Amino acid sequence: MASKVAHAYYLDDEVLMDAVKACNVKHYHIEEVYTPFPVHGLDKLMGLPHTRLAICAFLYGLIGLTVAVTMMNYIMIEDWPQNIGGKPSFSFLENMPAFVPIMFELTVFFAAHLMVITFYMRSKLWPFKKAENPNERTTDDLFCIELDASTAGEEELTSFFKATGAVEINFKNN
Amino acid sequence: MNTFTNNIKILPIVLMALGLIGMAIGFSSAPGSIEEVEQILASQHHGGHGEGHATESHDTHAAPAQHDAHAEQGHGHEAHGTETHGKSHDTHGEDAHGAHEKHLKHVLHQLQNKPWAALYVAAFFFFMISLGVLVFYAIQFAAQAGWSPLLFRVMEAITAYLLPGGIIVFVLLALSGFHINHLFVWMDPEVVAHDELLQGKTGWLNVPFFLIRAALYLTAWNVYRHFAIKFSKKQDEEPTGNVWYKKSFKAAAVFLVVFIYSESMMSWDWIMSFDPHWFSTLFGWYVFASMFVSGITVIALVTVYLKSKGYLAKVNNSHIHDLAKFMFGISIFWTYLWFSQFMLIWYSDIPEEVTYFVQRINDYTLPFFGMVALNLIFPLLVLMNSDFKRINWIIILVGIVILVGHYIDIFNMVMPATVGGSWSIGLPEISAVLFFLGLFIFVVFRALTKGELEPSGNPYLEESKHYHY
Repeated sequence: MASKVAHAYYLDDEVLMDAVKACNVKHYHIEEVYTPFPVHGLDKLMGLPHTRLAICAFLYGLIGLTVAVTMMNYIMIEDWPQNIGGKPSFSFLENMPAFVPIMFELTVFFAAHLMVITFYMRSKLWPFKKAENPNERTTDDLFCIELDASTAGEEELTSFFKATGAVEINFKNN
Repeated sequence: MNTFTNNIKILPIVLMALGLIGMAIGFSSAPGSIEEVEQILASQHHGGHGEGHATESHDTHAAPAQHDAHAEQGHGHEAHGTETHGKSHDTHGEDAHGAHEKHLKHVLHQLQNKPWAALYVAAFFFFMISLGVLVFYAIQFAAQAGWSPLLFRVMEAITAYLLPGGIIVFVLLALSGFHINHLFVWMDPEVVAHDELLQGKTGWLNVPFFLIRAALYLTAWNVYRHFAIKFSKKQDEEPTGNVWYKKSFKAAAVFLVVFIYSESMMSWDWIMSFDPHWFSTLFGWYVFASMFVSGITVIALVTVYLKSKGYLAKVNNSHIHDLAKFMFGISIFWTYLWFSQFMLIWYSDIPEEVTYFVQRINDYTLPFFGMVALNLIFPLLVLMNSDFKRINWIIILVGIVILVGHYIDIFNMVMPATVGGSWSIGLPEISAVLFFLGLFIFVVFRALTKGELEPSGNPYLEESKHYHY
């Protein structure tokens, strides 16, 4: 974390996007952007790497599918063989159509829940966690750019942010 | 106006010519008498291909549970062509000459049906693509979608095939109605006279009403198509006030309501009635899913092609991405319906219902399970990756696989009841596909040359140009 940061507040996501572009042109280093809702294209402008959550979701889905197959095979075929719709074949494959809904549901269940948990862990979110955003209005109607202010002067940054349409500019020493 | 390279002009002519020649050979080589069938069967049993096929049938008959179901089936569909090869050869042998004769007659009917059924499957398949695109187009208006207006001219051009394609399907249905071919078993008064179930259905399944209904569906869809195109062009000419856009919206909303009813009945009439004893209440949705995914796939293929030729400059890869998402999503939707229909019938195991799948699994093993690989597993695994959805050659590859898969889907719906165990994908089938593919390309690209490829008056045009996923 930079020793000194600037917080510039904006009222509109389009204005914010233009400001981020202006920062890129000036080669200012953006630490973080706080927005009340996901802003499309912001991640690409900030140069954030593509999320790998989708790969996790796929693997979690595979785990869910495996759990479902193993579970249904144990419960319905091996441990206490069940007569499924008058087809007591004692074979997983021949009774498989009956298990497809369960296989599907558990695939979705595992993918969804584990993905959410992964997302929380990756974002360092947990119960009773103290909020990191500089101003609670960034969860309501304000957009905030947090900029590394150690390389440029306060006056230079203030006039720069004013020009990009910021409504409020603060500096903070860490 | 737009001019396309000579390749795209010559290609459809070549395809249609090849298709016509192939179909002519297919029709002329269909056997005319029992003796010819005997020869064909004899030569098949010596050849390696026929051998494998026959043994497959024998094997499956060994399972007693399936045998029961088969006996039922033979009883219900005697004149129909659902008995399998192996059965009469194996169980009756030489002692029952009469049965052998009957079997030969049976195969004769199947082989005579084969070129007709091949023609019908291909005609319906390409017709269904343009109908699927028409629905997708109407949904864009009804939903007031902002991403898609740049693709409207492509969609409109594909629906140009609706009229010629619909007329061809109607002519084929009429030919069946006048007994030129025997695809629909319920059209045969001989069969109905001996079949109480069919007698009970004559109120709906009779030739005049059948043809009147077919004419009604086709008229309704083509009327919407006519006005949708007209309103869309008018909106470009006089965009002030969005008067024509509002008309498009209303027409689309009305069409969608009419469509879902008429499409359902169309699928009962034109496909489900091949197996007139069997019924499935979600069949209309199932056929719809097939036509919808095929239609969207063709939109994507044509768009990618036009872009590769330098047209549609404003269409960006987010549009392609969205079409690929639809291909992915509707492929899963199709599987959901396909499996829902299968599972309920498999579970309850009621003879009159389950025969439908017993026949498909025993005699059509490869196409039946193969289409699941083509229609679900391949698109699912390939298009799952977000980046792949915007790579042109992947869209083309998956698109072709999906189209082949859904051709086989229609094949599986039509063939078992019309040609039974005598199916193959040979000259008549491939030529019919080539012919209609040629006609389809010809009509669609002719429509594309007729106007600007980019609409100018649509109120959502700006949003579409800046569309960014």
